[in-house]
Amino acid sequence: MSRKLLLTHDNVPNLHTIDVYRSKGGYASVEKALKKMTPEEIVEEVKKSGLRGRGGAGFPTGMKWSFLAKPEGVPRYLVCNADESEPGTFKDRYLMERNPHLLIEGMITSSFALGANTSYIYIRGEYFYVSRILETAIAEAYAKGWLGKNILGTGYNLDLYVQVGAGAYICGEETALLESLEGKRGNPRIKPPFPAIAGLYGCPTVVNNVETIAAVVPIVNDGGDEYAKIGIGRSTGTKLISASGNINKPGVYEIEMGVPVEEFIFSDQYCGGIANGKRMKACVPGGSSVPILPDYLVCKTATGEDRLMTYESLSDGGFATGSMLGSGGFIVYDEHQCVVRNTWNFSRFYHHESCGQCSPCREGTGWMERVLHRLEKGMGNMNDIDLLVELAKKIEGNTICPLGDAAAWPVAAAIKHFRHEFEYHVLYPEKVKDSKHGHKEPIMPVKPAPVMA
Amino acid sequence: MSAHAHGTQHFDETKRANIKFSAEALTTIENLMKRYPEGKSKSALLPVLHVAQAESEGWLSAEVMDYVAELMGIQSIEVFEVASFYSMYNLRPIGKCQLEVCRTSSCWARGAEDVVDYISKKLNIKEGETTTDGMFTLKTVECLGSCGSAPMLQCGAEYHENLTEAKIDALIDRYRSEGTRKNYTDLNYTNSK
Ligand SMILES: Cc1cc2nc3c(=O)[nH]c(=O)nc-3n(C[C@H](O)[C@H](O)[C@H](O)COP(=O)(O)O)c2cc1C
Ligand code: FES
Repeated sequence: MSRKLLLTHDNVPNLHTIDVYRSKGGYASVEKALKKMTPEEIVEEVKKSGLRGRGGAGFPTGMKWSFLAKPEGVPRYLVCNADESEPGTFKDRYLMERNPHLLIEGMITSSFALGANTSYIYIRGEYFYVSRILETAIAEAYAKGWLGKNILGTGYNLDLYVQVGAGAYICGEETALLESLEGKRGNPRIKPPFPAIAGLYGCPTVVNNVETIAAVVPIVNDGGDEYAKIGIGRSTGTKLISASGNINKPGVYEIEMGVPVEEFIFSDQYCGGIANGKRMKACVPGGSSVPILPDYLVCKTATGEDRLMTYESLSDGGFATGSMLGSGGFIVYDEHQCVVRNTWNFSRFYHHESCGQCSPCREGTGWMERVLHRLEKGMGNMNDIDLLVELAKKIEGNTICPLGDAAAWPVAAAIKHFRHEFEYHVLYPEKVKDSKHGHKEPIMPVKPAPVMA
Repeated sequence: MSAHAHGTQHFDETKRANIKFSAEALTTIENLMKRYPEGKSKSALLPVLHVAQAESEGWLSAEVMDYVAELMGIQSIEVFEVASFYSMYNLRPIGKCQLEVCRTSSCWARGAEDVVDYISKKLNIKEGETTTDGMFTLKTVECLGSCGSAPMLQCGAEYHENLTEAKIDALIDRYRSEGTRKNYTDLNYTNSK
C-alpha cells in the first residue's frame, strides 16, 4: 500500500471541521514551526525535502522561497494558486473540499516561513462552493486562535483571505493571477521582475499551488529528510494524480512518486484498467498542456524501460518520445477516441482561453483551431497537417507566458505520433462525416508499436 | 463578442438612477473591500461583481457596472474591462438557470456531446439560447475541474456530475418546480457527493 501524506484521513466523516481535523493531529506543524523553529529553518527543511512545485512546472519550492526578496519595511505576500483550470486536473478541488484545514495549516506554516502577515488563496470562480468551505474553515481557525493576532502567543500575526476568480484559465499563470487579484484583467506580466522581487502590489510575493502548500505540513512535521525518502531521485514525496477519461475508476489518487505507469493504469488500487473492456489508444499524463503519448509509449519508454510516475521518467525521451508529469492531470483515451477530434478540442480550449496580449498566441491558437476543425470534418488537405506543425513552431517560445507553448505542444505531439490518423481524415472524408465518428467503432485500429532501432 | 453586445446597448439614465442593491449585498461588498491593504480595495472587484450579478438577475448591464464603479470609487471603464474578460460574467440577460455543460476533452471522451444534444432536444433550445419562459439557458464551457466525474454540468453554485439522462430529467424538473434563479453565490450549497 502506497504511503499517503495528504489524503491520509480523507474518508473520515466531517474532516472539514476543525475539531475532527485537530483530533487527527491537525495544526501540529503550526505549533512546531511557530514555537520551535525559525523561518530559515523551515525553508531549510523544505529545501531538504526536495519538494517541487505541484502546479505544473515542478520548480523546487525551497529554492523559490529562498529567492524571496526581504527589503526592510515592505510587506511580503504568500498567494496560494487554487485556480486549477488545466483540463484534466481536479486534485486541488478534492483536497480543499475534503480537507480545507490542511491547506489552511500549510498556509500558516508557509506564511510564517516567508515572513508574510497577509496571505490570499486565489480560487477559480467556478469553485464557488469550495470557497465557502474554505471560508467556513478559516472562520473556525480564527475562532480557535490559529489565525489573527499573536498566534499561539508567539507575536506572529497572519490574516488569510479567499479570493474568487471569475472564469479564466490564464489566471492560473502566476503573474496573471496577481493581476486578477489586484482586480484587473488576467494579462500575464513580462518577467523579470519575478514575483519574488515584485509581485502582488509590487511587493515580494511567493505563488504556490494548493498541493505544494499542503505538502509543507508533513515536511515540517516529519522533517525534510523523511519526505525525501519517498520517491525516486529528484522526484520526492507523494503526488496527487487526477485520473480521468476512459478508465474504470476515475478519481484523485495520492501516489508515491515512482509508481509504474502500468500499475497506475491497470491495477485496481488506482485506475482499474480501461473502461468497457476496450484497449488504450493514448494517454495525456500531465494535463492538457503536455504532449500526448501513443499506447506503446505510455507504460514503456522508447528504450524499453518501465515508465514511472516521476518528473524524469515521464519526460524520458524529451518531446520526441516522452511527455511530462505537469499538474498530474492523467487522461486516458480508449481506441474509440479520435485523436484529431481531441486535438481540435484542446486547441479550441486554448483559443478560448488566450488572453489576447500576444499576437502569436491570440491569432495562432485561432488559426490552429480552424485548421484542425476542417481536418476533423474531413474538409482538410495534406498540406494542412504540415501547416499545423509550422504554426505550432511559430507560437512556441514567442509569447509572454507559456500558454502559447501549452497550446502548441499538444498539437505537435499529436501529429508526431498520430500522423496516420490526420492523413486518414484527409483521405476518407466520408468516414469522418458523422460528427461523433469513432465513438461507435474505432476510427482505425490502434497501431502496433514501431520497431525501435 | 461581449464587447459588441455591450456596444449595442443604450445607457439608460433612469434605469441607472433606480439601481439599488439589497442592504445585505451592500454590507458584503463593504466587507470584501476591507480584505486588502490601504488603497488597494479595487482588488475586491471580481468578488464584488459576483455579488452584483446575483443582485441583477444574473447579468451585468452597463448601468449596473456604472453603479459598481461608484460603490468602489473606480471608473466604469475599469469595471467593464474586467467584466468583459472573465467568462462567468454575463453581459446579456440569461435564463434563471444557466446550464453550463463542460465540453473539454475528458468530458467529451465520456459523452458530453450527448448531454448537450439531450438537453437541447428536451428544452428545444440550441447552445447559447434561452427557453421562451426565461427559465433555462444552455451554454457550453471549458473544463470545470470535474473531469473524474464526467460528463458534468454546472448551474449556479451546483455541480451535477456523472450525468445520465435520468439525472438530467430530475434536475430540470427540480429547477422548474423551484422556479428560482440559481446564482454562483448561493450559500446553502455543498457538493453532495
Ligand atoms: C497558462 C498557465 C496556467 C497555469 N495554471 C495553473 C493552475 O491552474 N494552478 C497552478 O497551481 N499553477 C498553474 N500554472 C503554473 C503557475 O504559473 C505557477 O508556476 C505555479 O502556481 C507555481 O506554484 P508551484 O511552484 O507550487 O507549482 C499555470 C501556468 C500557466 C502558464
Ligand atoms: S474536462 Fe470536463 S470537467 Fe474537466
